[in-house]
Amino acid sequence: MEKTELRKELKVSAIENGTVIDHIPSQSVFQVIRILNLTNYHNQLLTGTNLDSNKMGKKGIIKVSNKFFESDEINKIALVAPSATLIIIRNFQVVEKRKVEIPDQVEKIVKCFNPNCITNNEEVPTRFEVIDKKELKLRCHYCEKITARNTISFRE
Amino acid sequence: MKNKSLVSINDFSPEEHIRILELAGIFENRPKQRILEDYVIATLFFEPSTRTRLSFESAATRLGAQVIGFSDATSSSVRKGESLRDTILTVSNYCDLIVMRHPREGSARFASEVARVPIINAGDGANQHPTQTLLDMYSIRKTQGSLDNLNIAFVGDLKYGRTVHSLVMALCHYNTTFHLVSPLELKLPSAVKLHIKERNLTYHQYTDLQEVIPTVDILYMTRIQKERFSDPLDYEKVKMAYVLQNSMLINAKPNLRILHPLPRVNEITTDVDDNPKAYYFTQALNGVFIRQALLAAILGVVD
Repeated sequence: MEKTELRKELKVSAIENGTVIDHIPSQSVFQVIRILNLTNYHNQLLTGTNLDSNKMGKKGIIKVSNKFFESDEINKIALVAPSATLIIIRNFQVVEKRKVEIPDQVEKIVKCFNPNCITNNEEVPTRFEVIDKKELKLRCHYCEKITARNTISFRE
Repeated sequence: MKNKSLVSINDFSPEEHIRILELAGIFENRPKQRILEDYVIATLFFEPSTRTRLSFESAATRLGAQVIGFSDATSSSVRKGESLRDTILTVSNYCDLIVMRHPREGSARFASEVARVPIINAGDGANQHPTQTLLDMYSIRKTQGSLDNLNIAFVGDLKYGRTVHSLVMALCHYNTTFHLVSPLELKLPSAVKLHIKERNLTYHQYTDLQEVIPTVDILYMTRIQKERFSDPLDYEKVKMAYVLQNSMLINAKPNLRILHPLPRVNEITTDVDDNPKAYYFTQALNGVFIRQALLAAILGVVD
């Protein structure tokens, strides 16, 4: 039993210092990388998708060496990966483990679903107030329309 | 309110709404006061809206202000591809206040963040048109003596009509009972109904216009647009059901007044116009006083 667990873990090798983002829905792994601005990260970045998970069936994981995120920054990923767990690693040891939380404000990353919104027609960074965290409803600061879970998309 | 932009009706508090209505009353009594002689007002109409623009320009001119601007985007730098941000930054240099109408939703909020002068939103797409809401409130208060405890019917397109949404929200501060008359396809959005409920107020929904007339103080009519229906047959079925005719007003309360944001197409027959209960053209005149009040208050020449 222990052996299989170990083998599964080692599919994405351990990091010495940094942040592990676990329990990401597999299909959201690359979105999380984009949201965290890690596409051009100049340090070790290990990812895995469709790994076996007791909790989720299949899961994704990202391990970022030598990077420790501010809460505001990391909480953005809760929009696509509400189930994600954050694990802070120092000297190969887990020093902190917590869940991500949906923030009160979301800036820049989300696209307003309203095609006639000024943010989709001029160079304007988006801004939303999260008015319902459970159902995930974001009110656009500009056009005042609600972007919801089923209409959410991300800016490239 | 000095230097404060008015983008959304909620940018001003209920106390500020009332202050604007009071000021509008002063301008109604004395419409020509040259208190803005030292000021330049820009009216930037990125889409045409003759009625709203003339109303603002009349208000500014009656107060002695100079008016600059354009009445549609084809005659401006927008046609050359200038961004809204650049237009607003540039025009900010030439004036003390910008009145803006733009086809994109959220454009006025964005402009208010970029501009060095206050912005009055004269309509941003289907989003907000706060000066219409204030002139509606002024008309209701003037004809009924008060905004409190009224029975107000909204008739027609309650789903897409932005004037309806803003007015309902604003009236939620005055213990209003709402009577919502519309075809099933065009009912008031649930978010607006939720807002009514959160303020512990009551609303009733109807599909029959005649039924509501004897109980209400205000009948706020709106136009039902054909393009709102996916099936043209559905439109044909309802289009005559929300037309107000003079004969329907027999059982109305004596204080009932009929409001309409205009332009009217056929939802109020012309035989209603001579009925003393018809108020829609005076309502449009009230728009000038409201805009005088806003210009004066935001430029800080009155408190």
